[in-house]
Amino acid sequence: MPETLPTAIAVSHLVKSYAGVVAVNDISFTVAQGEIIGLLGPNGAGKSTTMRILTGYLPATSGSVSICGFPVTTQPDEIKRRVGYMPENNPLPEDMRVSEYLYFRGRLKEVPRAKLGPRIDEVLELCDLKRIRHKIIGRLSKGFRQRVGIAEAILAEPPVIIMDEPTIGLDPHQILIVRDLIASLRGRMTVIISSHILPEIEVTCDRVLIINQGRIVAKGAPADLRREILGHSAYQLEYAGDGARLSAVLAGFGPALKLTVEGKPDHDGFRTVTLVTASDDQLGEPLLRALLAESLRVRSLSRAQPTLEDVFLAATRRSWDTVDKK
Amino acid sequence: MKHFWTILSHELRMLLVAPSTYIAAVFFLAIMGFIFTGILDVYSQAPQENSPAIVFFKYFPTAVLVMVPLLTMRCLAEERRLGTIETLLTTPVTTAEVVLGKYGAAYVLYVALWASTAGFFEILRKFAGDPSLIDYGPLIGGYVFIAVSGLFFIAIGVLASSLSRNQSVAGILCFAMLFGLIAGSYYLGSAEWLNRDVLHPLKAAVDYAQIYQHYEDFTRGVVDARQLLFYFSGTVLALIFSILSIEAKQLQG
Repeated sequence: MPETLPTAIAVSHLVKSYAGVVAVNDISFTVAQGEIIGLLGPNGAGKSTTMRILTGYLPATSGSVSICGFPVTTQPDEIKRRVGYMPENNPLPEDMRVSEYLYFRGRLKEVPRAKLGPRIDEVLELCDLKRIRHKIIGRLSKGFRQRVGIAEAILAEPPVIIMDEPTIGLDPHQILIVRDLIASLRGRMTVIISSHILPEIEVTCDRVLIINQGRIVAKGAPADLRREILGHSAYQLEYAGDGARLSAVLAGFGPALKLTVEGKPDHDGFRTVTLVTASDDQLGEPLLRALLAESLRVRSLSRAQPTLEDVFLAATRRSWDTVDKK
Repeated sequence: MKHFWTILSHELRMLLVAPSTYIAAVFFLAIMGFIFTGILDVYSQAPQENSPAIVFFKYFPTAVLVMVPLLTMRCLAEERRLGTIETLLTTPVTTAEVVLGKYGAAYVLYVALWASTAGFFEILRKFAGDPSLIDYGPLIGGYVFIAVSGLFFIAIGVLASSLSRNQSVAGILCFAMLFGLIAGSYYLGSAEWLNRDVLHPLKAAVDYAQIYQHYEDFTRGVVDARQLLFYFSGTVLALIFSILSIEAKQLQG
Protein backbone atom coordinates (compact mmCIF):
# COMPACT_ATOMS: atom_id res chain seq x y z
CA MET A 1 0.00 0.00 0.00
CA PRO A 2 1.46 3.38 -0.92
CA GLU A 3 2.18 5.16 2.34
CA THR A 4 1.78 8.63 0.90
CA LEU A 5 -1.93 8.39 0.21
CA PRO A 6 -4.37 9.24 3.00
CA THR A 7 -6.52 6.48 4.41
CA ALA A 8 -10.04 6.33 3.01
CA ILE A 9 -11.36 3.43 5.03
CA ALA A 10 -10.07 2.21 8.36
CA VAL A 11 -11.59 -0.84 9.99
CA SER A 12 -10.28 -2.05 13.30
CA HIS A 13 -11.29 -5.11 15.31
CA LEU A 14 -14.71 -5.25 13.74
CA VAL A 15 -17.05 -7.83 15.25
CA LYS A 16 -20.66 -8.48 14.31
CA SER A 17 -22.80 -11.19 15.81
CA TYR A 18 -26.42 -11.97 15.08
CA ALA A 19 -28.32 -13.89 17.73
CA GLY A 20 -25.22 -15.64 19.01
CA VAL A 21 -23.72 -16.38 15.60
CA VAL A 22 -20.54 -14.47 14.89
CA ALA A 23 -20.71 -13.29 11.28
CA VAL A 24 -17.66 -11.05 11.36
CA ASN A 25 -14.93 -11.90 13.81
CA ASP A 26 -12.27 -9.30 14.57
CA ILE A 27 -11.55 -7.93 11.11
CA SER A 28 -9.08 -5.08 10.68
CA PHE A 29 -7.88 -3.48 7.49
CA THR A 30 -7.23 -0.10 5.94
CA VAL A 31 -7.75 1.10 2.41
CA ALA A 32 -5.87 4.03 0.92
CA GLN A 33 -7.60 6.66 -1.15
CA GLY A 34 -8.04 5.66 -4.76
CA GLU A 35 -7.32 2.01 -4.11
CA ILE A 36 -9.46 -0.82 -5.47
CA ILE A 37 -9.94 -3.64 -3.02
CA GLY A 38 -11.49 -7.02 -3.66
CA LEU A 39 -13.24 -9.02 -0.97
CA LEU A 40 -13.17 -12.73 -1.61
CA GLY A 41 -14.71 -15.47 0.39
CA PRO A 42 -17.10 -18.38 0.29
CA ASN A 43 -20.82 -17.82 0.86
CA GLY A 44 -21.61 -16.81 4.40
CA ALA A 45 -18.03 -15.70 5.07
CA GLY A 46 -19.12 -12.26 6.24
CA LYS A 47 -18.44 -10.21 3.09
CA SER A 48 -21.90 -8.70 2.80
CA THR A 49 -22.12 -8.08 6.53
CA THR A 50 -18.79 -6.24 6.46
CA MET A 51 -19.97 -4.12 3.55
CA ARG A 52 -23.26 -3.31 5.26
CA ILE A 53 -21.43 -2.18 8.37
CA LEU A 54 -19.15 0.03 6.24
CA THR A 55 -22.18 1.77 4.74
CA GLY A 56 -23.72 2.39 8.15
CA TYR A 57 -26.74 0.24 7.34
CA LEU A 58 -25.93 -2.29 10.06
CA PRO A 59 -24.43 -1.39 13.43
CA ALA A 60 -21.36 -3.35 14.48
CA THR A 61 -21.29 -5.34 17.70
CA SER A 62 -17.84 -4.00 18.53
CA GLY A 63 -14.84 -2.49 16.84
CA SER A 64 -14.63 0.72 14.88
CA VAL A 65 -15.00 1.78 11.28
CA SER A 66 -14.17 5.16 9.84
CA ILE A 67 -14.58 6.39 6.30
CA CYS A 68 -12.74 9.50 5.11
CA GLY A 69 -11.97 10.18 8.77
CA PHE A 70 -15.60 10.06 9.92
CA PRO A 71 -16.56 7.33 12.37
CA VAL A 72 -19.55 5.37 11.10
CA THR A 73 -21.28 5.04 14.46
CA THR A 74 -21.35 8.68 15.46
CA GLN A 75 -21.63 10.41 12.08
CA PRO A 76 -23.68 8.09 9.87
CA ASP A 77 -24.96 11.03 7.81
CA GLU A 78 -21.46 12.05 6.76
CA ILE A 79 -20.71 8.45 5.82
CA LYS A 80 -23.86 8.12 3.74
CA ARG A 81 -22.91 11.26 1.79
CA ARG A 82 -19.53 9.74 0.98
CA VAL A 83 -20.43 6.18 0.09
CA GLY A 84 -22.04 4.86 -3.06
CA TYR A 85 -23.41 1.44 -2.26
CA MET A 86 -24.75 -1.32 -4.42
CA PRO A 87 -26.14 -4.12 -2.25
CA GLU A 88 -26.11 -7.84 -2.95
CA ASN A 89 -28.71 -8.87 -5.56
CA ASN A 90 -28.97 -5.21 -6.58
CA PRO A 91 -32.49 -4.35 -5.44
CA LEU A 92 -34.27 -1.90 -7.76
CA PRO A 93 -37.85 -0.65 -7.83
CA GLU A 94 -39.85 -2.50 -10.46
CA ASP A 95 -42.13 0.20 -11.77
CA MET A 96 -39.85 3.15 -12.54
CA ARG A 97 -38.05 4.24 -15.65
CA VAL A 98 -34.25 4.19 -15.58
CA SER A 99 -33.84 7.96 -15.89
CA GLU A 100 -36.59 8.61 -13.33
CA TYR A 101 -34.91 6.27 -10.89
CA LEU A 102 -31.54 7.94 -11.33
CA TYR A 103 -33.12 11.37 -10.90
CA PHE A 104 -34.83 10.33 -7.69
CA ARG A 105 -31.66 8.76 -6.31
CA GLY A 106 -29.65 11.82 -7.29
CA ARG A 107 -32.04 14.07 -5.38
CA LEU A 108 -31.81 11.80 -2.33
CA LYS A 109 -28.03 11.89 -2.55
CA GLU A 110 -28.13 15.66 -2.55
CA VAL A 111 -26.79 16.22 -6.04
CA PRO A 112 -27.76 19.81 -6.94
CA ARG A 113 -30.70 19.95 -9.34
CA ALA A 114 -28.76 21.86 -11.99
CA LYS A 115 -25.92 19.34 -12.03
CA LEU A 116 -28.12 16.27 -11.90
CA GLY A 117 -29.30 16.23 -15.53
CA PRO A 118 -25.83 16.33 -17.10
CA ARG A 119 -24.51 13.89 -14.49
CA ILE A 120 -27.26 11.37 -15.30
CA ASP A 121 -26.38 11.63 -19.00
CA GLU A 122 -22.76 11.04 -18.07
CA VAL A 123 -23.36 7.88 -16.01
CA LEU A 124 -25.79 6.54 -18.62
CA GLU A 125 -23.05 6.97 -21.19
CA LEU A 126 -20.43 5.39 -18.89
CA CYS A 127 -22.57 2.35 -18.21
CA ASP A 128 -23.79 2.07 -21.79
CA LEU A 129 -27.41 2.58 -20.76
CA LYS A 130 -28.39 5.39 -23.14
CA ARG A 131 -30.60 3.18 -25.28
CA ILE A 132 -32.74 2.04 -22.37
CA ARG A 133 -33.00 5.24 -20.36
CA HIS A 134 -36.77 5.40 -20.84
CA LYS A 135 -37.44 1.71 -20.22
CA ILE A 136 -39.14 0.43 -17.09
CA ILE A 137 -36.65 -1.21 -14.73
CA GLY A 138 -38.87 -4.23 -13.99
CA ARG A 139 -38.71 -5.24 -17.67
CA LEU A 140 -34.93 -5.01 -18.06
CA SER A 141 -32.67 -8.02 -18.39
CA LYS A 142 -30.33 -8.93 -15.57
CA GLY A 143 -27.30 -7.36 -17.24
CA PHE A 144 -29.03 -4.02 -17.70
CA ARG A 145 -30.37 -4.05 -14.16
CA GLN A 146 -26.89 -4.71 -12.86
CA ARG A 147 -25.55 -1.73 -14.80
CA VAL A 148 -28.37 0.48 -13.54
CA GLY A 149 -27.22 -0.47 -10.03
CA ILE A 150 -23.64 0.46 -10.85
CA ALA A 151 -24.72 3.73 -12.47
CA GLU A 152 -26.67 4.54 -9.32
CA ALA A 153 -23.68 3.78 -7.07
CA ILE A 154 -21.37 6.17 -8.94
CA LEU A 155 -24.07 8.78 -9.58
CA ALA A 156 -23.20 11.23 -6.83
CA GLU A 157 -19.45 10.83 -7.41
CA PRO A 158 -18.81 9.60 -3.87
CA PRO A 159 -15.21 9.21 -2.72
CA VAL A 160 -15.92 5.62 -1.64
CA ILE A 161 -17.83 3.02 -3.64
CA ILE A 162 -18.90 -0.30 -2.18
CA MET A 163 -20.31 -2.90 -4.53
CA ASP A 164 -21.46 -6.34 -3.48
CA GLU A 165 -20.97 -8.73 -6.40
CA PRO A 166 -21.25 -6.16 -9.19
CA THR A 167 -20.47 -8.55 -12.05
CA ILE A 168 -22.85 -11.36 -11.12
CA GLY A 169 -25.12 -12.36 -14.00
CA LEU A 170 -23.30 -10.38 -16.67
CA ASP A 171 -22.15 -11.73 -20.01
CA PRO A 172 -18.43 -11.49 -20.95
CA HIS A 173 -18.96 -8.32 -22.97
CA GLN A 174 -20.72 -6.59 -20.09
CA ILE A 175 -18.12 -7.84 -17.62
CA LEU A 176 -15.52 -6.13 -19.78
CA ILE A 177 -17.50 -2.88 -19.65
CA VAL A 178 -17.84 -3.10 -15.87
CA ARG A 179 -14.16 -3.91 -15.51
CA ASP A 180 -13.19 -0.89 -17.58
CA LEU A 181 -15.63 1.20 -15.62
CA ILE A 182 -14.14 0.17 -12.29
CA ALA A 183 -10.63 0.62 -13.66
CA SER A 184 -11.57 4.14 -14.78
CA LEU A 185 -12.44 4.97 -11.17
CA ARG A 186 -8.93 4.02 -10.02
CA GLY A 187 -7.16 6.90 -8.37
CA ARG A 188 -10.32 9.02 -8.15
CA MET A 189 -12.52 6.85 -6.00
CA THR A 190 -11.86 4.17 -3.44
CA VAL A 191 -13.64 1.02 -4.48
CA ILE A 192 -14.45 -2.13 -2.54
CA ILE A 193 -15.96 -4.96 -4.52
CA SER A 194 -16.79 -8.49 -3.60
CA SER A 195 -16.97 -11.25 -6.11
CA HIS A 196 -16.88 -14.95 -6.67
CA ILE A 197 -15.36 -14.49 -10.09
CA LEU A 198 -11.70 -14.60 -9.20
CA PRO A 199 -10.15 -13.49 -12.50
CA GLU A 200 -12.36 -10.40 -12.20
CA ILE A 201 -10.88 -9.49 -8.86
CA GLU A 202 -7.41 -10.29 -10.11
CA VAL A 203 -7.68 -7.98 -13.08
CA THR A 204 -9.35 -5.04 -11.38
CA CYS A 205 -8.13 -5.01 -7.82
CA ASP A 206 -4.95 -3.59 -6.36
CA ARG A 207 -5.29 -5.70 -3.26
CA VAL A 208 -7.36 -8.66 -2.20
CA LEU A 209 -8.77 -9.59 1.18
CA ILE A 210 -9.78 -13.21 1.54
CA ILE A 211 -12.36 -13.73 4.24
CA ASN A 212 -13.51 -17.01 5.67
CA GLN A 213 -15.58 -17.71 8.77
CA GLY A 214 -15.71 -13.99 9.52
CA ARG A 215 -11.94 -13.66 9.65
CA ILE A 216 -9.40 -12.30 7.22
CA VAL A 217 -7.33 -15.29 6.21
CA ALA A 218 -5.12 -13.56 3.68
CA LYS A 219 -4.53 -10.08 2.34
CA GLY A 220 -2.25 -8.44 -0.16
CA ALA A 221 -1.71 -7.91 -3.86
CA PRO A 222 -2.74 -10.92 -5.97
CA ALA A 223 0.90 -11.68 -6.87
CA ASP A 224 2.06 -11.54 -3.26
CA LEU A 225 -0.81 -13.72 -2.18
CA ARG A 226 0.19 -16.38 -4.64
CA ARG A 227 3.65 -16.50 -3.20
CA GLU A 228 2.50 -16.29 0.39
CA ILE A 229 -0.26 -18.86 0.28
CA LEU A 230 1.13 -21.35 -2.18
CA GLY A 231 4.75 -20.68 -1.21
CA HIS A 232 6.24 -21.89 -4.49
CA SER A 233 6.19 -21.47 -8.20
CA ALA A 234 6.03 -24.34 -10.65
CA TYR A 235 7.49 -25.04 -14.09
CA GLN A 236 6.20 -27.47 -16.64
CA LEU A 237 8.73 -29.16 -18.83
CA GLU A 238 8.29 -31.44 -21.81
CA TYR A 239 11.49 -33.28 -22.61
CA ALA A 240 12.83 -36.44 -24.17
CA GLY A 241 15.92 -38.24 -23.00
CA ASP A 242 17.49 -39.90 -20.01
CA GLY A 243 15.74 -39.29 -16.67
CA ALA A 244 19.01 -39.62 -14.75
CA ARG A 245 20.53 -36.78 -16.72
CA LEU A 246 17.56 -34.59 -15.84
CA SER A 247 18.08 -35.34 -12.15
CA ALA A 248 21.69 -34.29 -12.54
CA VAL A 249 20.63 -31.00 -14.09
CA LEU A 250 18.16 -30.37 -11.28
CA ALA A 251 20.80 -31.15 -8.68
CA GLY A 252 22.81 -28.32 -10.19
CA PHE A 253 20.10 -25.89 -9.09
CA GLY A 254 20.30 -26.97 -5.48
CA PRO A 255 17.72 -28.60 -3.26
CA ALA A 256 15.19 -25.80 -3.91
CA LEU A 257 14.17 -27.26 -7.28
CA LYS A 258 12.28 -30.51 -7.04
CA LEU A 259 10.61 -32.75 -9.50
CA THR A 260 7.09 -33.51 -8.32
CA VAL A 261 4.98 -35.02 -11.07
CA GLU A 262 6.43 -37.21 -13.74
CA GLY A 263 4.33 -38.24 -16.72
CA LYS A 264 4.71 -41.26 -18.97
CA PRO A 265 6.55 -40.79 -22.27
CA ASP A 266 4.28 -40.41 -25.30
CA HIS A 267 4.93 -42.15 -28.64
CA ASP A 268 7.60 -39.57 -29.58
CA GLY A 269 9.42 -40.24 -26.31
CA PHE A 270 8.53 -36.89 -24.72
CA ARG A 271 7.34 -36.80 -21.16
CA THR A 272 5.83 -33.95 -19.14
CA VAL A 273 7.16 -33.20 -15.69
CA THR A 274 6.35 -30.56 -13.12
CA LEU A 275 9.16 -28.84 -11.28
CA VAL A 276 8.54 -26.93 -8.10
CA THR A 277 10.76 -24.36 -6.49
CA ALA A 278 10.46 -22.31 -3.34
CA SER A 279 12.62 -19.55 -4.79
CA ASP A 280 11.01 -16.67 -6.58
CA ASP A 281 13.75 -16.10 -9.19
CA GLN A 282 13.13 -16.67 -12.86
CA LEU A 283 14.70 -20.07 -13.47
CA GLY A 284 13.49 -20.51 -17.04
CA GLU A 285 16.55 -19.40 -18.95
CA PRO A 286 19.32 -21.09 -16.87
CA LEU A 287 17.23 -24.23 -16.74
CA LEU A 288 16.85 -24.28 -20.49
CA ARG A 289 20.57 -23.74 -21.04
CA ALA A 290 21.48 -26.51 -18.60
CA LEU A 291 19.04 -28.93 -20.18
CA LEU A 292 20.38 -28.26 -23.66
CA ALA A 293 23.95 -28.55 -22.42
CA GLU A 294 23.09 -32.07 -21.22
CA SER A 295 21.69 -32.66 -24.74
CA LEU A 296 18.21 -33.34 -23.49
CA ARG A 297 15.55 -32.60 -26.12
CA VAL A 298 13.15 -29.96 -24.88
CA ARG A 299 9.81 -29.35 -26.54
CA SER A 300 8.42 -26.82 -24.09
CA LEU A 301 9.15 -25.15 -20.79
CA SER A 302 6.69 -22.86 -19.11
CA ARG A 303 6.17 -21.28 -15.78
CA ALA A 304 2.78 -22.36 -14.39
CA GLN A 305 0.76 -19.38 -13.19
CA PRO A 306 -1.23 -20.38 -10.15
CA THR A 307 -4.57 -18.63 -10.48
CA LEU A 308 -6.16 -16.67 -7.72
CA GLU A 309 -8.55 -19.59 -7.58
CA ASP A 310 -5.76 -21.83 -6.31
CA VAL A 311 -4.81 -19.17 -3.81
CA PHE A 312 -8.42 -18.79 -2.72
CA LEU A 313 -8.91 -22.52 -2.26
CA ALA A 314 -5.61 -22.88 -0.41
CA ALA A 315 -6.34 -19.91 1.83
CA THR A 316 -9.87 -20.96 2.70
CA ARG A 317 -8.77 -24.55 3.27
CA ARG A 318 -6.00 -23.32 5.53
CA SER A 319 -8.50 -21.34 7.56
CA TRP A 320 -10.84 -24.34 7.81
CA ASP A 321 -7.93 -26.30 9.23
CA THR A 322 -7.25 -23.65 11.85
CA VAL A 323 -10.94 -23.45 12.68
CA ASP A 324 -11.20 -27.21 13.00
CA LYS A 325 -8.17 -27.40 15.24
CA LYS A 326 -9.74 -25.11 17.79
CA MET B 1 -36.43 17.31 6.54
CA LYS B 2 -35.45 18.31 3.00
CA HIS B 3 -35.57 14.70 1.85
CA PHE B 4 -39.15 14.50 3.09
CA TRP B 5 -40.31 16.57 0.12
CA THR B 6 -38.21 14.55 -2.33
CA ILE B 7 -39.74 11.31 -1.07
CA LEU B 8 -43.25 12.78 -0.85
CA SER B 9 -43.24 14.06 -4.41
CA HIS B 10 -41.65 10.86 -5.65
CA GLU B 11 -44.23 8.70 -3.90
CA LEU B 12 -47.08 10.85 -5.22
CA ARG B 13 -45.74 10.54 -8.74
CA MET B 14 -45.44 6.78 -8.37
CA LEU B 15 -49.00 6.60 -7.05
CA LEU B 16 -50.26 8.71 -9.93
CA VAL B 17 -48.67 6.52 -12.61
CA ALA B 18 -49.70 3.23 -10.99
CA PRO B 19 -52.80 1.59 -12.52
CA SER B 20 -53.79 0.22 -9.10
CA THR B 21 -54.41 3.76 -7.89
CA TYR B 22 -56.95 4.33 -10.64
CA ILE B 23 -58.62 0.98 -10.06
CA ALA B 24 -58.92 1.83 -6.36
CA ALA B 25 -60.24 5.30 -7.22
CA VAL B 26 -62.86 3.92 -9.61
CA PHE B 27 -64.05 1.39 -7.02
CA PHE B 28 -64.17 4.04 -4.36
CA LEU B 29 -66.18 6.48 -6.45
CA ALA B 30 -68.49 3.70 -7.68
CA ILE B 31 -69.26 2.50 -4.16
CA MET B 32 -69.71 6.01 -2.79
CA GLY B 33 -71.80 6.89 -5.85
CA PHE B 34 -74.13 3.95 -5.27
CA ILE B 35 -74.47 4.90 -1.63
CA PHE B 36 -75.20 8.47 -2.61
CA THR B 37 -77.86 7.53 -5.18
CA GLY B 38 -79.39 5.21 -2.60
CA ILE B 39 -79.62 8.10 -0.17
CA LEU B 40 -81.17 10.35 -2.81
CA ASP B 41 -83.74 7.65 -3.58
CA VAL B 42 -84.86 7.67 0.04
CA TYR B 43 -85.00 11.48 0.07
CA SER B 44 -87.07 11.61 -3.11
CA GLN B 45 -89.75 9.39 -1.58
CA ALA B 46 -90.30 11.12 1.74
CA PRO B 47 -88.86 14.14 3.53
CA GLN B 48 -86.16 13.18 6.07
CA GLU B 49 -84.99 14.60 9.37
CA ASN B 50 -81.27 14.91 8.54
CA SER B 51 -79.51 16.43 5.56
CA PRO B 52 -78.07 13.99 2.99
CA ALA B 53 -74.51 14.90 4.05
CA ILE B 54 -75.02 13.44 7.54
CA VAL B 55 -76.33 10.18 6.11
CA PHE B 56 -73.63 10.05 3.47
CA PHE B 57 -70.72 10.40 5.89
CA LYS B 58 -72.27 7.71 8.09
CA TYR B 59 -70.96 5.22 5.54
CA PHE B 60 -67.33 6.27 6.04
CA PRO B 61 -66.24 2.89 7.51
CA THR B 62 -67.03 1.18 4.20
CA ALA B 63 -64.66 3.48 2.38
CA VAL B 64 -62.05 3.50 5.15
CA LEU B 65 -61.92 -0.28 5.51
CA VAL B 66 -61.43 -0.78 1.77
CA MET B 67 -59.40 2.26 0.74
CA VAL B 68 -56.90 2.60 3.55
CA PRO B 69 -55.44 -0.92 3.23
CA LEU B 70 -55.32 -0.53 -0.56
CA LEU B 71 -53.52 2.78 -0.38
CA THR B 72 -51.02 1.91 2.33
CA MET B 73 -50.28 -1.82 2.16
CA ARG B 74 -47.62 -1.41 -0.49
CA CYS B 75 -45.67 1.50 0.86
CA LEU B 76 -43.15 -0.09 3.25
CA ALA B 77 -43.83 -3.80 2.70
CA GLU B 78 -42.83 -3.53 -0.96
CA GLU B 79 -39.58 -1.73 -0.12
CA ARG B 80 -38.65 -4.48 2.30
CA ARG B 81 -39.64 -7.29 -0.07
CA LEU B 82 -37.57 -5.89 -2.94
CA GLY B 83 -34.74 -4.91 -0.60
CA THR B 84 -34.80 -1.34 -1.87
CA ILE B 85 -35.14 -0.18 1.73
CA GLU B 86 -31.41 -0.93 2.00
CA THR B 87 -30.46 1.37 -0.87
CA LEU B 88 -32.89 3.97 0.45
CA LEU B 89 -31.44 3.98 3.96
CA THR B 90 -27.83 4.10 2.78
CA THR B 91 -28.44 7.54 1.27
CA PRO B 92 -28.43 10.55 3.59
CA VAL B 93 -32.10 9.93 4.44
CA THR B 94 -33.42 9.12 7.89
CA THR B 95 -35.98 6.40 8.56
CA ALA B 96 -38.35 9.09 9.82
CA GLU B 97 -38.16 10.93 6.49
CA VAL B 98 -38.90 7.73 4.56
CA VAL B 99 -41.89 6.82 6.75
CA LEU B 100 -43.27 10.36 6.79
CA GLY B 101 -42.82 10.81 3.04
CA LYS B 102 -44.73 7.64 2.29
CA TYR B 103 -47.34 8.45 4.90
CA GLY B 104 -47.80 11.94 3.46
CA ALA B 105 -48.26 10.64 -0.08
CA ALA B 106 -50.88 8.09 0.97
CA TYR B 107 -52.69 10.72 3.03
CA VAL B 108 -52.75 13.25 0.21
CA LEU B 109 -54.25 10.65 -2.12
CA TYR B 110 -56.79 9.56 0.50
CA VAL B 111 -57.95 13.13 1.04
CA ALA B 112 -58.00 13.78 -2.71
CA LEU B 113 -60.24 10.77 -3.28
CA TRP B 114 -62.64 11.93 -0.59
CA ALA B 115 -62.54 15.47 -1.94
CA SER B 116 -63.70 14.14 -5.30
CA THR B 117 -66.97 13.05 -3.65
CA ALA B 118 -67.71 16.76 -3.26
CA GLY B 119 -68.74 16.44 -6.90
CA PHE B 120 -71.81 14.44 -5.79
CA PHE B 121 -73.00 17.35 -3.67
CA GLU B 122 -72.21 19.81 -6.45
CA ILE B 123 -74.41 17.78 -8.83
CA LEU B 124 -77.13 17.63 -6.20
CA ARG B 125 -76.99 21.41 -5.64
CA LYS B 126 -77.16 22.11 -9.34
CA PHE B 127 -80.00 19.81 -10.28
CA ALA B 128 -82.10 19.25 -7.14
CA GLY B 129 -83.42 22.80 -7.06
CA ASP B 130 -84.02 22.43 -3.35
CA PRO B 131 -81.49 24.40 -1.31
CA SER B 132 -82.60 22.68 1.89
CA LEU B 133 -80.89 19.50 0.69
CA ILE B 134 -77.50 21.17 0.87
CA ASP B 135 -76.66 21.96 4.45
CA TYR B 136 -73.14 23.37 4.57
CA GLY B 137 -72.63 22.76 8.28
CA PRO B 138 -72.72 18.96 8.28
CA LEU B 139 -71.02 18.91 4.89
CA ILE B 140 -67.96 20.83 6.10
CA GLY B 141 -68.04 19.00 9.43
CA GLY B 142 -68.12 15.69 7.60
CA TYR B 143 -65.12 16.54 5.45
CA VAL B 144 -63.17 17.85 8.44
CA PHE B 145 -63.91 14.57 10.22
CA ILE B 146 -62.67 12.61 7.19
CA ALA B 147 -59.49 14.68 7.01
CA VAL B 148 -58.74 14.40 10.74
CA SER B 149 -59.63 10.74 11.18
CA GLY B 150 -57.79 9.95 7.93
CA LEU B 151 -54.55 11.04 9.60
CA PHE B 152 -54.91 8.24 12.11
CA PHE B 153 -56.30 5.61 9.73
CA ILE B 154 -53.53 6.09 7.19
CA ALA B 155 -50.93 5.99 9.98
CA ILE B 156 -52.37 2.62 11.04
CA GLY B 157 -52.04 1.45 7.44
CA VAL B 158 -48.39 2.55 7.34
CA LEU B 159 -47.74 0.77 10.64
CA ALA B 160 -49.28 -2.44 9.27
CA SER B 161 -47.14 -2.11 6.16
CA SER B 162 -43.99 -1.72 8.25
CA LEU B 163 -44.69 -4.94 10.12
CA SER B 164 -44.69 -7.35 7.19
CA ARG B 165 -42.75 -7.74 3.99
CA ASN B 166 -45.76 -9.28 2.30
CA GLN B 167 -48.22 -6.66 1.12
CA SER B 168 -51.30 -8.87 1.37
CA VAL B 169 -50.47 -9.65 4.98
CA ALA B 170 -49.99 -5.92 5.56
CA GLY B 171 -53.34 -5.20 3.93
CA ILE B 172 -55.23 -7.77 6.00
CA LEU B 173 -53.47 -6.61 9.18
CA CYS B 174 -54.46 -3.02 8.41
CA PHE B 175 -58.06 -4.08 7.76
CA ALA B 176 -58.16 -5.99 11.05
CA MET B 177 -56.74 -3.08 13.05
CA LEU B 178 -59.13 -0.57 11.49
CA PHE B 179 -62.08 -2.91 11.96
CA GLY B 180 -61.10 -3.41 15.59
CA LEU B 181 -60.79 0.32 16.10
CA ILE B 182 -64.03 1.37 14.43
CA ALA B 183 -66.40 -1.54 15.00
CA GLY B 184 -64.72 -2.87 18.15
CA SER B 185 -64.97 0.43 19.97
CA TYR B 186 -68.60 0.74 18.85
CA TYR B 187 -69.40 -2.73 20.17
CA LEU B 188 -67.58 -2.20 23.46
CA GLY B 189 -69.31 1.15 23.90
CA SER B 190 -72.69 -0.56 23.95
CA ALA B 191 -71.56 -3.55 26.05
CA GLU B 192 -73.40 -3.84 29.37
CA TRP B 193 -70.63 -5.62 31.27
CA LEU B 194 -68.37 -2.60 30.99
CA ASN B 195 -70.77 -0.55 33.12
CA ARG B 196 -69.51 -2.05 36.42
CA ASP B 197 -67.72 0.32 38.76
CA VAL B 198 -64.51 -1.75 38.75
CA LEU B 199 -64.18 -1.35 35.02
CA HIS B 200 -64.84 2.37 35.09
CA PRO B 201 -61.38 3.45 33.75
CA LEU B 202 -61.73 0.98 30.89
CA LYS B 203 -65.19 2.27 30.13
CA ALA B 204 -63.87 5.83 30.08
CA ALA B 205 -61.14 4.82 27.62
CA VAL B 206 -63.65 3.06 25.35
CA ASP B 207 -65.96 6.07 25.43
CA TYR B 208 -63.04 8.28 24.48
CA ALA B 209 -62.32 6.12 21.40
CA GLN B 210 -65.89 6.07 20.03
CA ILE B 211 -65.22 6.90 16.41
CA TYR B 212 -68.93 6.87 15.50
CA GLN B 213 -69.55 9.34 18.29
CA HIS B 214 -66.74 11.54 16.93
CA TYR B 215 -68.34 11.46 13.51
CA GLU B 216 -71.69 12.54 14.91
CA ASP B 217 -70.12 15.39 16.85
CA PHE B 218 -68.19 16.65 13.83
CA THR B 219 -71.23 16.63 11.56
CA ARG B 220 -73.20 18.48 14.23
CA GLY B 221 -70.46 21.10 14.18
CA VAL B 222 -68.88 20.17 17.51
CA VAL B 223 -65.10 19.97 17.15
CA ASP B 224 -63.83 18.77 20.49
CA ALA B 225 -60.15 19.28 21.28
CA ARG B 226 -60.09 15.92 23.08
CA GLN B 227 -61.18 14.20 19.90
CA LEU B 228 -58.59 16.04 17.84
CA LEU B 229 -56.01 15.01 20.42
CA PHE B 230 -57.17 11.39 20.11
CA TYR B 231 -56.48 11.39 16.38
CA PHE B 232 -53.27 13.39 16.53
CA SER B 233 -51.74 11.35 19.34
CA GLY B 234 -52.84 8.12 17.66
CA THR B 235 -51.19 9.27 14.42
CA VAL B 236 -47.94 10.21 16.12
CA LEU B 237 -47.85 6.95 18.05
CA ALA B 238 -48.54 4.80 14.98
CA LEU B 239 -45.85 6.62 12.97
CA ILE B 240 -43.30 6.31 15.77
CA PHE B 241 -43.99 2.59 15.96
CA SER B 242 -43.59 2.33 12.18
CA ILE B 243 -40.19 4.02 12.36
CA LEU B 244 -39.14 1.78 15.25
CA SER B 245 -40.38 -1.29 13.39
CA ILE B 246 -38.28 -0.44 10.33
CA GLU B 247 -35.22 0.25 12.45
CA ALA B 248 -35.66 -2.89 14.53
CA LYS B 249 -35.87 -5.05 11.41
CA GLN B 250 -32.75 -3.35 10.08
CA LEU B 251 -30.86 -4.51 13.17
CA GLN B 252 -31.78 -8.09 12.46
CA GLY B 253 -30.23 -7.73 9.03
